[in-house]
Amino acid sequence: MLELRDASYRYPGYAKEVLVGVDLVVGDGEIVGLVGPNEAGKSTLCLVASGLAPASIGGKLTGTLTIDGEAMTDRKTHELAERVVICFQNPNTQRSGIAATVFEEIALGPMNLGLPVPEVIVRTREAIALLRLEPIMERHPTRLSGGQAQLVAIASLLAMRPGHVILDEPTAQLDPAGTRMVGEALRQMAERGTSLLLAEHKTDLLDGLCGRIVVIDEGAIVRDGPADEILADPMLAELGVEPPSRVRLSRAVEAAGGDARLVVSGAAAAAAT
Amino acid sequence: MIDVRGLAHVYADGTRAIDDVSLAIGAGESIAIIGQNGSGKSTLVRHFNGLLHATEGEVFVDGANVRGRRVAHLAATVGLLFQDPDRQIFAGRVRAEVEFGPRNLGVPAAKLSATVAAALEATGLAGDANANPYDLGYSRRKLLALASVLAMQTPVVVLDEPTTGQDARGLARVQRIVTDLTAAGRTVIGISHDMRFVAETFHRVVVMRAGRIVLDGSPQTVFAEESWPTLASTYLEPPLPARVGARLGLGLATPTEAALVTALAAATASGT
Repeated sequence: MLELRDASYRYPGYAKEVLVGVDLVVGDGEIVGLVGPNEAGKSTLCLVASGLAPASIGGKLTGTLTIDGEAMTDRKTHELAERVVICFQNPNTQRSGIAATVFEEIALGPMNLGLPVPEVIVRTREAIALLRLEPIMERHPTRLSGGQAQLVAIASLLAMRPGHVILDEPTAQLDPAGTRMVGEALRQMAERGTSLLLAEHKTDLLDGLCGRIVVIDEGAIVRDGPADEILADPMLAELGVEPPSRVRLSRAVEAAGGDARLVVSGAAAAAAT
Repeated sequence: MIDVRGLAHVYADGTRAIDDVSLAIGAGESIAIIGQNGSGKSTLVRHFNGLLHATEGEVFVDGANVRGRRVAHLAATVGLLFQDPDRQIFAGRVRAEVEFGPRNLGVPAAKLSATVAAALEATGLAGDANANPYDLGYSRRKLLALASVLAMQTPVVVLDEPTTGQDARGLARVQRIVTDLTAAGRTVIGISHDMRFVAETFHRVVVMRAGRIVLDGSPQTVFAEESWPTLASTYLEPPLPARVGARLGLGLATPTEAALVTALAAATASGT
């Protein structure tokens, strides 16, 4: 379980707090969706929940980050990495820059955890298979499309088999199939007991994947509840968060005086085929 | 405006990213290129401004073969927004970043400030002109990169995934920019994975699979049920309104919410 209690944070060199009194619990085996308008604090919350802010980037955190009952206050980055990993928005931020192939890039995480080589190979192969990266595993990590780089970054995390994962828009550059594949990979991690916090603009991905959704605005959590309820809440659109397609479409039909039940039955039929 | 003939591109490691692509894009067209990650979309558009050179075939921009033309010259014709804004941004101030392009193209100082102001206004960054680009979040850095491309006022604008990382408001802003550019007679080429954005914003859609073009037509055609097997062959799915419309048997393609609402109203009125 990953837990933030009354967490407020400001970046080094800034007076203003960009997170204000955040309480958040992500239970084992749970995928919690994090939505909010741009610059509401989603990325900052991801950095704080991963411990990188302040451990790696400095700044001032008040409140506590607790992982599996232990306070992470003053932990070093490498100690944090054994507990919680983060996937950044931009895969180029993540790339090690020292691996010659995609395979080596993905193996680097478990290697750095000090695991025996056979175990590293097993984990690397498993992550590659899960995200169907076999065709590019011998490729140089800089010779990838934006979406491929993003999948490699996610595979690198999977190979570490972390107990807790923070993902900051992991599918931003992915095609719809890649997005679904990542969703499936995250679901499998959750089934193994990993706790996941998933910041996403793509509410279509969160719909059906997350049991719970947390809404952040101006650095504070404004809603925390069951996914179905929150994704259907008109407040999302008012905040500037794109509702899932099925919700948008139902609303558009309703607004025109049509029967939204048709959309629901049509969408169900479309999903079934 | 852009004429691609038998283009192939093979990267140094042997990857054949583009294979025998021919594509004519007329002046004033708005065209979306969609396809799986790694299908060659970004590689294709990088031939339009000379960032990449054809391994085989030829690319003509505004009637002239890009082979032998300098990138600086092509930059005045084709503006390219990169997928990753951080590959583009380098200045210490937002205004300086946006000024750089038009200044280099020789836009006179008297016109420069109006050009920059218009680009900042369109992207909603007018209030951030004196900010350091790296104090902006990812979504606004992406809009800043877009502002820099707009300020160059090139006849052709290529936008590689302009909506990634944008919330609903940012998405609406990008949509409006594309619509305004098209209305102004500019040629807009967009790469996107957001099928709703594609269906609502562009007049023509090109689908790529493994370096080749497999579909080319209006959103009505490309997202119509007949095209679904081809889309599925490259793991693409039509937008939800298209799927719902087909399942409800409305009898015509409904790639957008507006089209579905209209078709539903017509079906109800005729009592079906």
